[in-house]
Amino acid sequence: MPKQPHIKKVLVIGSGPIVIGQAAEFDYAGTQACLALKEEGVEVILVNNNPATIMTDQAFADQVYLEPLTCESLTNIIEKERPDGLLPTLGGQTGLNLAVSLDQAGVLEKYDVTLLGTPLDAIQRGEDRELFKQMMQDINEPVPESLPITSIQEAKAFAEKTGFPIIIRPAYTLGGAGGGIANDLPELLRYVKSGIQASPINQVLIEQSVKGWKEIEYEVMRDANDTCIIVCNMENIDPVGIHTGDSIVVAPSQTLTDRQYQMLRTVSCKVIRELGVVGGCNIQFALNPHSDEYVIIEVNPRVSRSSALASKATGYPIARIAAKLALGYHLHEVPNPITGDTFASFEPAIDYVAVKIPRWPFDKFTQADRLLGTQMKATGEVMALSRNLPAGLHKAIRSLEIGLEEFRLPSAEALSDIELEQGLKAADDRRLFLLAEALRRGITIETIHEWTEITTFFLHEMKRIIDVEQELKDGGWQPDEMLVRKAKTLGFSNVALASVLDQPLAAVEGLIKELGTKPSYKMVDTCAAEFSAQTPYFYSSWQEEDEVDPLPAAGKKVVVLGSGPIRIGQGVEFDFCSVQSALSLREQGIRSIVINNNPETVSTDFNTADHLYFEPLTKEDVLHIIEKEQADEVLVQFGGQTAINLAADLAEAGVTIAGTSTASIDRVENREAFYDLLHSLNIPHIPGATVMDTASLKDEARRIGYPILIRPSYVIGGQGMVILHSEDELESYLEGLQHQIQTSHLFPLLLDKYVPGMEVEVDVVCDGADILIPGIYEHIEPAGIHSGDSTAIFPAPSLSQSETDRIVSYASRISDALQMKGIMNIQFVFSKDRGILYVLEVNPRASRTVPISSKVTGIPLVDLATRIQMGAALQQLGYPLGLQKEIPFFAVKLPVFSTTKLAGVDPLLGPDMQSTGEAIGLGKTVPEALNKAFGWKEKTLRTLTDDAQILLDAEASDLIQLEALLGQLQAKAVLTEETAALLPDADGYQVISYEEAIDMVEDQKMTAVCSTRKGRQGIRESAWKTETPCMTSLPTMQSYLMASKEMLADSLSISEYLDQAEKEHVR
Amino acid sequence: MEETKGYLMLSTGDILEGVWLGKTTESDGEMVFNTAMTGYQEVMTDPSYAGQIVTMTYPLIGNYGFNAQDKESHTPFIHGLVISTPCETPAHYQATQTLQDIADAYNFPILAQVDTRRLTKIIRQHGDVYGKMTKTPGAVPDKAKVSEKIVEKVSVKQEQFHQAEGPPAAHVAIIDYGYKHSIRDMLLENNCDVTIFPFDTTLEELQKAKVDGVLLSNGPGDPKSLAYLAEEIKRIADFYPTLGICLGHQLLALAFGGNTMRLPYGHRGSNHPVQHLPSGKVSITSQNHGYVVDEASISQSLWNILYSNVNDGSVEGLQHCSKPIMSVQFHPEAHPGPSDTYDVFEQFLNSVRNRGVTAYA
Repeated sequence: MPKQPHIKKVLVIGSGPIVIGQAAEFDYAGTQACLALKEEGVEVILVNNNPATIMTDQAFADQVYLEPLTCESLTNIIEKERPDGLLPTLGGQTGLNLAVSLDQAGVLEKYDVTLLGTPLDAIQRGEDRELFKQMMQDINEPVPESLPITSIQEAKAFAEKTGFPIIIRPAYTLGGAGGGIANDLPELLRYVKSGIQASPINQVLIEQSVKGWKEIEYEVMRDANDTCIIVCNMENIDPVGIHTGDSIVVAPSQTLTDRQYQMLRTVSCKVIRELGVVGGCNIQFALNPHSDEYVIIEVNPRVSRSSALASKATGYPIARIAAKLALGYHLHEVPNPITGDTFASFEPAIDYVAVKIPRWPFDKFTQADRLLGTQMKATGEVMALSRNLPAGLHKAIRSLEIGLEEFRLPSAEALSDIELEQGLKAADDRRLFLLAEALRRGITIETIHEWTEITTFFLHEMKRIIDVEQELKDGGWQPDEMLVRKAKTLGFSNVALASVLDQPLAAVEGLIKELGTKPSYKMVDTCAAEFSAQTPYFYSSWQEEDEVDPLPAAGKKVVVLGSGPIRIGQGVEFDFCSVQSALSLREQGIRSIVINNNPETVSTDFNTADHLYFEPLTKEDVLHIIEKEQADEVLVQFGGQTAINLAADLAEAGVTIAGTSTASIDRVENREAFYDLLHSLNIPHIPGATVMDTASLKDEARRIGYPILIRPSYVIGGQGMVILHSEDELESYLEGLQHQIQTSHLFPLLLDKYVPGMEVEVDVVCDGADILIPGIYEHIEPAGIHSGDSTAIFPAPSLSQSETDRIVSYASRISDALQMKGIMNIQFVFSKDRGILYVLEVNPRASRTVPISSKVTGIPLVDLATRIQMGAALQQLGYPLGLQKEIPFFAVKLPVFSTTKLAGVDPLLGPDMQSTGEAIGLGKTVPEALNKAFGWKEKTLRTLTDDAQILLDAEASDLIQLEALLGQLQAKAVLTEETAALLPDADGYQVISYEEAIDMVEDQKMTAVCSTRKGRQGIRESAWKTETPCMTSLPTMQSYLMASKEMLADSLSISEYLDQAEKEHVR
Repeated sequence: MEETKGYLMLSTGDILEGVWLGKTTESDGEMVFNTAMTGYQEVMTDPSYAGQIVTMTYPLIGNYGFNAQDKESHTPFIHGLVISTPCETPAHYQATQTLQDIADAYNFPILAQVDTRRLTKIIRQHGDVYGKMTKTPGAVPDKAKVSEKIVEKVSVKQEQFHQAEGPPAAHVAIIDYGYKHSIRDMLLENNCDVTIFPFDTTLEELQKAKVDGVLLSNGPGDPKSLAYLAEEIKRIADFYPTLGICLGHQLLALAFGGNTMRLPYGHRGSNHPVQHLPSGKVSITSQNHGYVVDEASISQSLWNILYSNVNDGSVEGLQHCSKPIMSVQFHPEAHPGPSDTYDVFEQFLNSVRNRGVTAYA
């Protein structure tokens, strides 16, 4: 059937800010869908308030609305745009929920909007646990028993019926806190009791557990012709019990017979047909390892994280095809874009293994509960493609960027046997490495299997690595040539070999060169070479035929380094930058090569670059590709810290780094050199020092004066920063540290004066002679809160002309001095009286704010920077130099947190970044923009009704702001005792204790909470549990109140905002 | 264990090196690849591969071992298996044997640690490739024709009766050109008594055995090497409700005056889309064939094209315009592969049962 001809304009709902469980995969899905719709001549209206995404770039939709993802806001947009159709299944849970709300509110009917793809009732039957259970019973398919309960008696009765183990999930607790898996009655009663207590509504969901069974997923497509195909199936190495998003996963399944594979395939098709899905669908099964018994765990009747993984693992573009199916196409009518002459109605056959490992945020959230269970905790993931499983594991480990290039975690060696056993039984993010350690200690595979229930096949595959390692060790230096080749085939990096052989890296590199061995590259073609394909999508293997022709030698070839897995501090914004850079190269007629390993992203779509290498971003892996392709230059400024960190190693190996020199990069990244530079440029920097022992630390702290900011240098990426207000605090901080690490590892410590003034930042495009600044961001929160966690307003509303001039002049001086070519980001802080403007840091690369600056000004910053790095002068690029004219509207960037997913984390903001994503609000005035930012989804912004109560729990240092806030507050303020004590006169306020405060928040008596005191995690946790808006600084609270007074302003698309700016400038 | 080197010498001049498993020292055959990601045991025991050296494109083979249930014949007839990574330590509750056990137990070699993607591309690019597996590399082999007698070799020598568990609904004959056990099992599961007949069985012999329907099985080789059976097959199909599968389908076409030809490199895998032309429905099928029925040779007054291949448009199934004769190029019995086209059996059995009703009424 051809497409539905009356559908000419389609509304696509994005998934909004990145939170744990909903990450870049929906940017990839949405971008693909928008392109697929445009290809069909459909006008695309996109709504997504995640400004860091690629899909919200104007090239991908006809109208882009960076507007709130609420029913009200979408209703306005529908009323204005009058789309014919709505495609809700590509924006994750957010998109689905909104479609359901719009339908229930009668909006779709009122404006005659056809819901495209999977029908709503199918969505609801898939998403609603009870409806789903009923439907599965109707078609005779097994699902685990489950029951919401509020008493111990109910739990007992349930256990009698189903037996053990039983999963207990308390309702509305942070990260599923208070829940667990019970193996017997006493455990069950304990968990239910604690779960009921932990739950603000005193409810827990208990569920029959199939813990320890194999967890298998199928990605299914179905069209309106009822054709069903399986794109890919996957097997979790971690058996049932750990959320699939937190599981190490391989594709395809490895330990299912064809009979079992087909049994679950048939069930998948049966279920998707029963649901009536049109598009993509994910089904998760638990399969008994001792029989063919199975249960269906979950169905997602939409594209998901798994479908992004399946798309990249097979080359089959699920979201793109799903969009075509939504328009009425049938699978056998849609060409397979990989082969070009076969159709989408086939099942990909792959001739490699895909290994996915999640990326967890515990390096940032050191207090978080690291145990893995039914609540997903990972922020992102990596995928590796390889011809054997050990190589896949090795490559995936390298891709994680957790400081490891081998299948070994040094800290695991210090564990006692008992600790090791415990760590294997109760998995946290380190379990993969504990498996390696156990195998090294000679613990048998049978024992490890007993402890972990991991299928022995996978353990044997891991042991192959350990065995080769042992052989290498036994052989000593120089090892047997065949053995080294075998090790490379199994994915050992040179770093790993050096570690195993106890040799310097250079010696191993020399040995490998001598052997003349290097990786060969294979193509991802969806069909295991059955048909000829031209896909520019490659992965490496060893000791095999290299089937990839490098890009033609004529003309320039440039590598764009991607940014690896999504993690705190490095989100989808860097994928935006990498993709923009690759597209810029294409426009310039320069051949592009992208290297990245994140399966969720657009940069790893094989259409983005001329050649895509799905590989780890390490020196060795990248150098092999550069050599293979004979690439001329490498772009390191667009892949976040991942890419820039590779610059020095690559340059040392003789690679040409485009743009800013590595010497200049080093001068801003090495603090001593950086302060010298600022000094020589007559730019103030914060007083600071590097100290090597406790005595000099105290001396320096006294000299600089408290409060001070301390940055331990032993942690990678600068996490673990603290602000200390006195020598007492310093001493207890040091004591705390000494418990964690040896004193010898403590130093050097970096020490800075803490200046709690207003922070501003700029993105600067520069060519060494001229600069271009799209505008200035002003942070609402004072310095001391990580810039990634700050609410920022663009353009800065409170700067005077002379302050602005100073910012521009400093930026210009730095650019000149360092001959910066490309893009950089500079962060400043004003002293309290705003007399001094300090430069805090210079990032010699594209920053988190680049996508926002680009979208709200319409200036393609990444394109300009890429052109400069390819040799253009900024002057020739058609934009005025210096600071651009201010846009006549405001953008507010609001950090978004995943606190509800992580037990144990105090949401109090500080110098360590905590947010996982960001939302944007645009408005003609600051309050309008704040309103749209704080109201980024349903229920986040509450209007202050007459009975509104605001809980304030403040620090002594907040006093001035507290008084100001109380002076303006139009709602009833409730103060904690400690807060009241700060005020000269607290009469007229309700004053309550800490415990009372927690109770009142849990009872949902508070409209909003502002809690800034250390050690008061309880209040903040209660607020998050009950979805009570919770601020952790008074300026944020003030902005929130400002936003809440405002009405939702008109919905304007970004091009309407920019048109307005254009008119303004003409005038 | 010390690894023994082995070589695959190809008629294209290519030599691939690997590690030798098994006792046999040498073997040769037509080279084919299979893209199924599961089901290596079924592939290895499918008699249609008789005389061929099979390479699996999926690189990890042996992971779930070998079991008693998934054998498609009593013994493998393949001449060799070429794979990438063998698994010596399978994990599956049904597993009783490993790849090494199989290589040791049967008379064919396994060559592992081979770049099977490279091999697959060679087969795809050259089409007709002949291979020789050896421990001592010598001259590359010439292209050799598959033995004309290959079907005779794999077929049963005398009738074999298999009784349905319950009261039988019908008695179906499988003419064995190299049948897969799962075809028989599918019929047994549908309460049919089944008799396996030698490949050259006559109509009279079938009538004597009082069968109600005939299934022409899959099997190895060029259908034209059995052209001398065409007349007899036509007599059988004219008399009985008949279903042809794979080689059986090709033989039916030949019997009714059609022609078959060689595909460049065959369809072998579990992911082949076919469209049922009357309904427009697309199904994913299991396939294993190197020859195909030439659409132009089919008499349109006698036959309807029932299924066609979505990718290359080739004939995937035929239905006689007036008689209960149907044939499919793919494998509705699956194993390995999806069972989406199970209804082919249902349709066949319906016509068999209907005939039974008319016959006994």
